Amino acid sequence: MKVKEIVRILDARILCGEDMQEYTVEKAFASDLMSDVLMLADDNVLLITGLVNMQTIRTAEMSDILCVVLARNKKASREMIDLARDGGIILIECRYSVYQTCGLLYREGLKPIF
Amino acid sequence: MRIVVPGRVETHILSGMTERMHFEHNIVGGDFTRAGYASSQVKKALKTLDVDMAIIKRTVVATYEAEVNVVAHACNGMMIVDIDGSTIQVVIQDEGPGIEDVEQAMVEGFSTASSEVREMGFGAGMGLSNMKKNADSLHIESEPGKGTKVEILMALDGREEVRSKK
Amino acid sequence: MTVGDIVQALELTVYCGKKGLERRVTGGYVSDLLSDVMGHADTGQVWVTLQTHKNVMAIASLKDLAAVILVTGHKPDENTAHQSEEEAIPVLGTHMSAFDVTGKLYELINK
Ligand SMILES: Nc1ncnc2c1ncn2[C@@H]1O[C@H](COP(=O)(O)OP(=O)(O)OP(=O)(O)O)[C@@H](O)[C@H]1O
Ligand SMILES: [Mg+2]
Repeated sequence: MKVKEIVRILDARILCGEDMQEYTVEKAFASDLMSDVLMLADDNVLLITGLVNMQTIRTAEMSDILCVVLARNKKASREMIDLARDGGIILIECRYSVYQTCGLLYREGLKPIF
Repeated sequence: MRIVVPGRVETHILSGMTERMHFEHNIVGGDFTRAGYASSQVKKALKTLDVDMAIIKRTVVATYEAEVNVVAHACNGMMIVDIDGSTIQVVIQDEGPGIEDVEQAMVEGFSTASSEVREMGFGAGMGLSNMKKNADSLHIESEPGKGTKVEILMALDGREEVRSKK
Repeated sequence: MTVGDIVQALELTVYCGKKGLERRVTGGYVSDLLSDVMGHADTGQVWVTLQTHKNVMAIASLKDLAAVILVTGHKPDENTAHQSEEEAIPVLGTHMSAFDVTGKLYELINK
């Protein structure tokens, strides 16, 4: 699923990486615990999380996750956006809960990691 | 060739011959805004050396887990990185409470993380097993009441076997 | 829809709290941050998480949640199981990840 489709489905806002909207994620993973995310070995993963702090971005950076959806209507800080841009990460904010975000993307055909 | 690692004052290049790199970073306990900075520098350095992407990921996931452990569980720490032609050695040592029973701490799900740490997105008790999974070799020494030393070794040439070079 | 219906449809394991399988389900909440669940989950929701420690049941009971689904093979610890029985709030399990089980739960509830 392309990033631009994710943005449309979630009626979301891109905070950085606007120029990478053609990037395709293959699978999604939802978690608020970063060690859980750091266990993943897959490529082209979309991370859906309600954890909104610097470690969210650091974790994406270390795991080579290029697209992160911040759910629960949480606002990313300026430092988070700068760090994401620096790391080539597409950062997206949406107003839905993690439950709804997963539900909507799954319904549109996005696959789970396992 | 002198390889300069982008970074702040914590970065000291002590020797910079071709394919040899040594640098050190402070890790401040409790500071979750800065956690991951040292591992990020390791990632950048390995990229400049053209290390295989899969090895970079395994390396930095392991060092990041160790770095976050210092931030979450200890007071002050240091990450010391040595890269030569065949191995990456990363030592993360801290002054802190230490680990009473390392074997028990390695068990997935075991955690003594405070509720504050859990609210920061950590404390699932997965970090040490994740480090073990990703590192080619992992050594942990800990003295309760004093601190902990974690050594992560990675082979650059695809060998899984690496020996500690203490 | 009841918790029992969801157990059947999604082939979940019932670890404990069988007495609560008749509870009505109003929706779902997915979170691993306990304070977030305290602040934002609603009565009758099914809580999807990988957190297994004992505070999970305290929160489920305070928020009057319908059930807890533990993902990726996580199992409740003894304390959690005990409280689940007492509160009659089922703790369920699956090998699916949070995204997977939530996608299916959402389809089921919004059919
Ligand atoms: N540097 C350290 N100093 C003191 N204790 C430590 C240190 N590293 C780990 N521990 C102890 O070992 C336990 C397990 O560590 P591990 O990294 O596996 O899990 P965690 O940090 O609690 O949670 P997670 O890594 O999943 O966020 C910790 O809860 C803590 O008790
Ligand atoms: Mg840890």
